[in-house]
Amino acid sequence: MNQMKTNSMLSIKSLTVDVEGKTILHGLNLEIGKGEVHAIMGPNGSGKSTLSHTLSGRDGYQVTAGEALLDGEDLLSLETEERAHRGVFLAMQYPVELPGVNNMTFMRESLNANRRARGEEELDAVSFIKLVRAKASEVKLDPKLLKRDVNSGFSGGEKKRNEILQMAVLEPKLAILDETDSGLDIDALKIVADGVNALRRKDRSVLLITHYQRLLDYIVPDHVHVLANGKIVRSGDKSLALELEDKGYGWIEQLPETAAGASA
Amino acid sequence: MPAIEQTVEELVQESYQHGFVTDIESDTFPPGLSEETIRHISAKKSEPAWMLENRLKAYHRWLTMVDPEWAHVEYPEIDFQDISYYSAPKQNQGAKSLDEIDPQLLDAYNKLGIPLDEQKALSGIAVDAVFDSVSVATTFRQNLADAGVIFCPISEAIQEYPELIQQYLGTVVPYTDNFYASLNAAVFTDGTFVYIPKGVKCPMELSTYFRINEAKTGQFERTLIIAEEGSSVSYLEGCTAPMRDENQLHAAVVELIAMDDASIKYSTVQNWYPGDENGKGGIYNFVTKRGDCRGDRSHISWTQVETGSAITWKYPSCILKGDDSVGEFYSVAVTRGMQQADTGTKMVHIGKNTTSTIVSKGISAARGQNTYRGLVRIGQKAENARNHSQCDSLLIGDKCGAHTFPYLEVRNPTAQVEHEATTSKISEDQLFYCRQRGLSEENAISMIVNGFCKEVFNELPMEFAVEAQKLLNITLEGAVG
Repeated sequence: MNQMKTNSMLSIKSLTVDVEGKTILHGLNLEIGKGEVHAIMGPNGSGKSTLSHTLSGRDGYQVTAGEALLDGEDLLSLETEERAHRGVFLAMQYPVELPGVNNMTFMRESLNANRRARGEEELDAVSFIKLVRAKASEVKLDPKLLKRDVNSGFSGGEKKRNEILQMAVLEPKLAILDETDSGLDIDALKIVADGVNALRRKDRSVLLITHYQRLLDYIVPDHVHVLANGKIVRSGDKSLALELEDKGYGWIEQLPETAAGASA
Repeated sequence: MPAIEQTVEELVQESYQHGFVTDIESDTFPPGLSEETIRHISAKKSEPAWMLENRLKAYHRWLTMVDPEWAHVEYPEIDFQDISYYSAPKQNQGAKSLDEIDPQLLDAYNKLGIPLDEQKALSGIAVDAVFDSVSVATTFRQNLADAGVIFCPISEAIQEYPELIQQYLGTVVPYTDNFYASLNAAVFTDGTFVYIPKGVKCPMELSTYFRINEAKTGQFERTLIIAEEGSSVSYLEGCTAPMRDENQLHAAVVELIAMDDASIKYSTVQNWYPGDENGKGGIYNFVTKRGDCRGDRSHISWTQVETGSAITWKYPSCILKGDDSVGEFYSVAVTRGMQQADTGTKMVHIGKNTTSTIVSKGISAARGQNTYRGLVRIGQKAENARNHSQCDSLLIGDKCGAHTFPYLEVRNPTAQVEHEATTSKISEDQLFYCRQRGLSEENAISMIVNGFCKEVFNELPMEFAVEAQKLLNITLEGAVG
């Protein structure tokens, strides 16, 4: 547990988080190495979204103990946008609509904000258009969506693909996909999964948060963790996901370590 | 939502950019309003007797009227005897060219980004500069005269083109119209006159820049634009004033007249001093603007970006008399600090197949109160009239207010009238989404607000659209970092 991997991308230790005065994460530990894909599965209310929001720095998530290091740097003391500048990307479960804000403009402004913060030169409009067209074809997004307002009137599948496109453009070190599979039919799911697979790199780690096993048929994780009652109660490989699919989450709830307050 | 509130607090503290005072010797009437004051104004302008008679008629009418109270705004009673009704820079009287104008005045306009020197001016834009009660310079008059276009101070038009003034002045907004329009008809001191002859497309953008400088004065200007058959013109106005602790009154009247196939596009970027964050000082902007689509297939379009003034009370309207005529109203109104705005439009459909479009975007931040008030009236004979109204309100923070009062009167069964309204808040979700992508909170707010206003900004002439966008960023973004 306290051995720090030399190729660590994300290292979470004893993370305890309160939301509106209620403790949701109870001393969570998680190590993600560079280039690894980890899946976190768990029943509703187990703390999956709390984990993704805490890591990305959303207001209202109170860290009362523990730490999270990104590439060795303390993540939890940074502002939301500073975490983005360091390479944290959250593909959201419910991507937000921004009426009147052009999708392309939004992505260019985001990318350039990140580049400025990293002391890199901004991309001009022409280079950006080239980049975004190439990325759109990589993740199979209809280029017409680039001209529309951010997520405005997009179908559920289009919104999720637009998240993957933003991820492709921003090239994060750590991509967190929060229930990206929810609400997608099987064709849309495949396209999103293909997009994520196309973006797998040795220096990019992915944290997949999902309720269902089926996403993992298309994005094969290196490790699977089961989250229950704010803690990781089981870790394993892909077969753990299949076991969960078989037995459901009921048996997890019965485990002694699942009980609140028990030490992991 | 502490993050949003904090940003709003910072935004609100952003100071006003045009608050300087020009130290210039002026000829200013002592405060007070009486028949004597009006005779005095008329004499200053060497007006013909008929003009004085019109003024006195309006004054006596005004004495019988009361300050209207129906608007959703609050202010202490105005003491009309405590206002000076005329103030003019002394050295300017009778200046015929820029060389004769006090350099301090030119300097004031340079500071505002409006060079009056034609060599330095924005290409393609002619400017009439109104300083307190008088027009101090009008650029590119010769170029325009070559095209047959008259562009001059209205006080000059009263002397030079009395037949046009007598024929048209007060025919769209009569002196009996309302309290402030009557007051204006009695005491107006200057403003702009535009006449576009038959078939002429005005070769330049025309603009008036209004500046209030002197303390305790009211500005009462009058603008009259006439577009003859088949002609077209695009006109812009901008407004600023120094920061002062007492409120100042600006009560203007604008009349537009479009004949057959004529089109008038009237754009306003209003940035009068709004007062400080506690509501001290600022301009009361009580204005009557109305366009008369007198001819068939005529077209009048109002676009306004209202970011200043302590109180804004104005309803640029269209009377759609001509068959197939078109009226449009595009508006962005921002209130922050303690600002109050009650603004909107009236679309009065009289002719057949008349069409009107209303797009109103209200933005409220801090303790600002923003009201849309609009009337769509379809008359008995207005066969196949159509209106589409869209009123959107955006709230930033939780101490501000947005209010919508749409009035509809339909007297012809063939009418098609649509009204859409939305109220939204910049949500914590939206800000989190933007920040997660690496944008700062200010950038996120500015991007969302500009997106919200896009439909209106698209209607502004190019230079003004950029200006308006900048102004909005200054107004709403400002002091952070």
